[in-house]
Formats: sequence, structure tokens, C-alpha cells
Amino acid sequence: MEEFASETDSDYTSYWRDWFVSSRGNEYFCEIDEEYLTDRFNLTGLNTEVHYYQHALDLVNDVFDLDCDDEMREAIEKSARHLYGLVHARYIVTTRGLAKMLDKYKKADFGKCPRVICDSHPLLPMGQSDIPHQKAVKMYCAKCEDIYNPKATRHATIDGAYFGSSFHNILFQVYPALIPEKSRARHMPRVFGFKVHVAAALARWQDGVRVEQQRGLREAGVENAAFLEDEGEVADEEDGFGQGGEQGGEDSREGGCRGRWGHGGGEGVKNVHES
Amino acid sequence: MSVTSSQSPESWISSFCSLIGHEYFAEVSEDFIEDDFNLTGLQSQVPMYKDALEMILDVEPSETGSSAISDEEEEEEDDGLLGEEQDEPGRRRTSHETRRHMRAGSDASVIESSAELLYGLIHARFITSRPGIQQMLEKYELGHFGHCPRVFCSGVKVLPVGRTDTPGQETVKLFCPGCLDVYTPPNSRFQAVDGAFFGTTFGCLFFMTFPDLDLSPRSLRHRTAEEDSSAITAQQNNSDTVVTASRSSSLTLPSAPGMPPTAQIYPTRKEEPIILPEQPATINGMATSNVAPGLGKGKIYEPRIYGFRVSERAKGGPRMRWLRSKPLDINEIDESRIWHAKYGGDPDGDPVAPVDETAGEGNGDGDGDGGGEDAVMASVTGQSQSQQTEGISVPAGQGQGQQGAAAATTVAGRRKAPMRRSKGRGRMGEGLDGGGVGGG
Repeated sequence: MEEFASETDSDYTSYWRDWFVSSRGNEYFCEIDEEYLTDRFNLTGLNTEVHYYQHALDLVNDVFDLDCDDEMREAIEKSARHLYGLVHARYIVTTRGLAKMLDKYKKADFGKCPRVICDSHPLLPMGQSDIPHQKAVKMYCAKCEDIYNPKATRHATIDGAYFGSSFHNILFQVYPALIPEKSRARHMPRVFGFKVHVAAALARWQDGVRVEQQRGLREAGVENAAFLEDEGEVADEEDGFGQGGEQGGEDSREGGCRGRWGHGGGEGVKNVHES
Repeated sequence: MSVTSSQSPESWISSFCSLIGHEYFAEVSEDFIEDDFNLTGLQSQVPMYKDALEMILDVEPSETGSSAISDEEEEEEDDGLLGEEQDEPGRRRTSHETRRHMRAGSDASVIESSAELLYGLIHARFITSRPGIQQMLEKYELGHFGHCPRVFCSGVKVLPVGRTDTPGQETVKLFCPGCLDVYTPPNSRFQAVDGAFFGTTFGCLFFMTFPDLDLSPRSLRHRTAEEDSSAITAQQNNSDTVVTASRSSSLTLPSAPGMPPTAQIYPTRKEEPIILPEQPATINGMATSNVAPGLGKGKIYEPRIYGFRVSERAKGGPRMRWLRSKPLDINEIDESRIWHAKYGGDPDGDPVAPVDETAGEGNGDGDGDGGGEDAVMASVTGQSQSQQTEGISVPAGQGQGQQGAAAATTVAGRRKAPMRRSKGRGRMGEGLDGGGVGGG
């Protein structure tokens, strides 16, 4: 931030936006068109949010020519960054903004999903709130539909409101072809090769939820409700509880047990009769 | 536990563990390595096993070996003089000589990489042993392995694990107990660490070994939230004026009504009060509060556009909620209890009988009997009306036998068998899922 001040203190004041989006830590931002910034309608309400609004706007638009001391200057620059962020949140849901962000998304400029099963699916920045100063930016993965903290600390301080809570969802509404195929694969914790019971039981329950959801979607005539049945572990093999097919689930589970402890069956039956 | 006790302060092991990218490793104690039993089978997996082992243990190379090796030792001078360049095709070497030459030539790199492989494989075994897992606990509690990147896990601490036990296949991953999922370490330096050096078992064994670990992220959540906002304000703070509520709402006018941060939405929208049945303290030896605390209602991301939830039926609607869901009533995944409530018998032979008994107990003794009777009657009425009153358990058993014929009983019997077995095998067995055999 220091270098920022010194740099702009020099005569070099043109292309503020250019400089802003290319400076380190601002990789998530795209450049806002000049036309968009100069249209007052797009800035509605921001004058109450941003201090030194007019000066900040001038700075962003490279027409800043106020003679002032360093302190003032710095304050204005802070405001300019804040203003840029807030306009950015509005800009990226416009057609042109979406296209720009889409380019960055395709280049994985926003990083890749840390979840192993998602196989480095590119992320999108998002905010959990549209109100500034509430939450830092988070990263949305369209494959697992979950949100993650950005990897680098320099990104963890960016305000989430500069991207907004709607942008990433709008992107996929506008470009439905980009919706990734969802995968049923999951990580299955194991101990010495055996599934861990609690995790496996939870996985079976979750699979029940999924099957239920898919059934609902099919009945509603929604297409594209299928899941990619691909590599990785699918906990489905033994369906199980909570899906109606309980008997079937039991059978396969029992089959598994029998294979391992074949001779245990008779003993167990006897035991039941005794009790 | 400390390796350095007997050795010089910079033993191979401790220097290995202090390398950049090796922060996840525990220092395997020399006692563990010196026990041959712990190394069973590794000889066939690691090239130049003996040299590698000597390197790990900081034993001077050589000596202990057979006469063959001492022969080589004598030839060493020749080799040294000849060097690699003079290895002309004309000169025939015995296999011994070749091996010797190889060793002399690429000593450092080959043995070093073998030693790293060997150490990694021993390490995977060590951290499942008592002292090893204890050492990893210390590292875990100090947060050496980092935190879950998932927002709704609120910074639960993670553990390094492998997705396979075969070396050379995948790099180390991080297992989050909050969402039972695995993540790629944030720092690329760990891309060079083999996952097999931690193994598939360690992750879950760790949390089964320390069931009392507090996985609730609450204490941490406050801190991260504060960090978030303070960081933002530090960066954004426009002089010292505070943004007023009216300002911010005017700013976000079109979306203001539905827009409070997600975390705040849940408490207000909660349909109070869902009275849950009594939650079990543990399921299969795992504390209920530690069963995926990062999942379930309120911990699932809800996509919204301008404050409105995206419908499940939309083309881009949410499809992965199941992955992060968890029953509100944890009893729903207590499968053995459900099963026994349905088909009779005690889960694992515990004195606590399912359902009926607990219902009866509430009413005191005399009533308790009555309650029990009723419950049993209810379940029996369908098929055998004849049995009445006393001797409840016996007729009930018979009734069931008649009803389901052989099927019910045998299924019950079979189910019973693994349960009994697991009792015999102790805690470990209980935690394992019988179904895994079929799946694997």
C-alpha cells in the first residue's frame, strides 16, 4: 500500500484502473469499462457510501487534478479503491462484465478448488454479503457448489461485497453450458482398508438424500439432473438405509459380512433362539 | 520420542523433518526403526534398502555386511581410480562390481532418495503406532497441518493423509474431520510429498484414537470472523467515519431486504423449536458432537441471486447439497440401533435395550411392565394374536419366528454375528464398517 501512494504521488496518474487491476493482490478484479464508470446511473447511491466521492471518482477516471497534501491524497485513494470495488460488484453482472470475468474464470485466474474430488475445478470469487465491511471474499466452486477461503492471504482481505453474492450464480444462469457435470464421487475414510462406520453411515444417508432429490427432479421433469458416474469412490454400492430399499441394502451388507465371517452365521442364529 | 536424545543434534531424521515441505512429518523414533518387525516387507519396496536404512539411522555405511562386501571394500581403490568414464565395454564386470560401481557413482542421490522413500514408508506405519499418533496429536494441536479451506467448516484443523498406500501415486492431502472430505494443501511445496508417507489409515484412526478432541470450531470462528472484518476495515477504513446502517441499506437498495450475511440468516429463519429425540452420546465410539461438525443444516452453501434462493429445479440449481448434509437427528445414522429397533435384539449386546425398554422405564416399575407389554403386543398383533400377558420376551421371539419364517431370524442371526465379533475385537472392530469388505 505504501508503494501505491508513492507511485501515484508522481506525475504518473493516467490509467488508474489499469494500474489497479494489474497490481498484486487485485488479481480477482477485472477492468471496468470507462463508459460504465462515467454513466451516473450505474453509480446510484454510491456517493453516500464512499467518502470524497467526487475526488475518488475523478481518480478512478484519471481526471484527478486536486492539489492536496499526502494525507488527503491517501484518503482519497482508499476511497477510490473502495469505490472501484463497489462499482465492480455491479459491473460484473452486466453482459460485458460477465464476459470479462468468464475469461478470467476459464484461465483459472481465481484459483482452483482445493477439494481433491473436484479435480482442480476453477473457482469464482463471491461475497457472502452485498454490504461492504462484512465478510471477506470467498471462492465458489461450481462443481461441489461450496465456498472456500482464498488460498493466499493477500486475497483474504478483499471485501466480499466487491463481488457480491449473486454474480457467480448469474454467470451460470447466463452461460448454462458452463455448468460442470456434478460428480457422485466422494472421499471415503478408511482404516486398514475398512470403511469407518460413522462416516460410511453418513455417506449412505447422504446418498439417500441425493436419490430423493434426483427422484424429485425427475418427477418435476427437470433435465440435467443426472450425476457423472465417474472415477473415485461412489458410496452407492451398498445403497442402504433411508431409501426405501432397506431390504436390498441389508442383503448386500450382510453379503459383505458373510464373505468375511462366513462361519459366524450359525452361531448367531443359535444365539437368537437362546434369548 | 525425541530422536535427538542419543544422537548428535542434527540426525538425518531431524534434518529430513526440518526440510521445507516436510513440515507434516513426525520424527520417527529410532527405537521404532530398529525394531525389525516394524520394517516387515519394506525391503522389497525400497531399492538399496540396507544403505537407506543405515543413512536414516546415521550408522556409518559399510561393515556389518558379508564377506562379499568386504571384498568390495578392497576393490574400492581400483574403482575410485577408474572412475565412471573408464567403464569401457571391453572391461567385463561381475555383477558385484557393477553394483559396487553404481553405489560409488551415485551414492548420494540414489541412497538419499531411497532413504526418503524408506523413511516415508516407516513414517506411515509409525504414525499409526501409539507414540507416533501421540506425536502427531501434538503437531495437530499446534495447528501444524493447517485448517480446512471450506468456509462452513470455520477453520477446523486438518490432518495430512494419503489417498493411497502405494508410494508414487498421489501427493499428500489434507483430511478435514468437519466435512469428512480431503483437500489439496494450499502450499505448493507439499506437492512434492508422497501421500503414501501418511497413508489412508492415519486420518480416521487419529480421530478414533482421540475421540475427545474438541472439533467444534466455535472458538476459532469468532477469531476468524473478527480477522475478516478487521482486515477489511483496516484496508478500507475511510478515515475514521463509520458507515451507518441507513447508508449501507441505501447502497444496496434493490437487494437490501434479503441480504444479511448468510451466517446471520440461519438463526432467524430457524423454525423453532424442533424437538429432537435424545441424541446418543456416541455412535460406534465416536462422540456425536464430533461426527462431521461442519456439515448439516446451516452449514450448506445456499446459492442466491439478489437475495432469492436459486431453485433446485433451475438448470443451474443446487445439486450438491447432499454432499454437505447431515441429519438433524443423529439417530438416523445410528444404523445398528435402527436395525435392532426394527428386528429386535440388542445392539452389540448392550444392556440398553432399544426403544420399548426406554419408553417403559419412564413410567416407573409397575407401569413399566405394562408399557413393555404394549409395545411388544403392538409389534406382534399383526400375526400372532394368541400370545397374551406374561412371559413377554419368549412369545415375542416365537411370534417373530413364525411371522418372518426363517428369513427374519436368519437375517437377525447373521446380523448378530458380526456384532458379536466386533465385540471380541475390541474398540477397533467396532469402528469398522462391515460393509467395507463387500465394497473393497
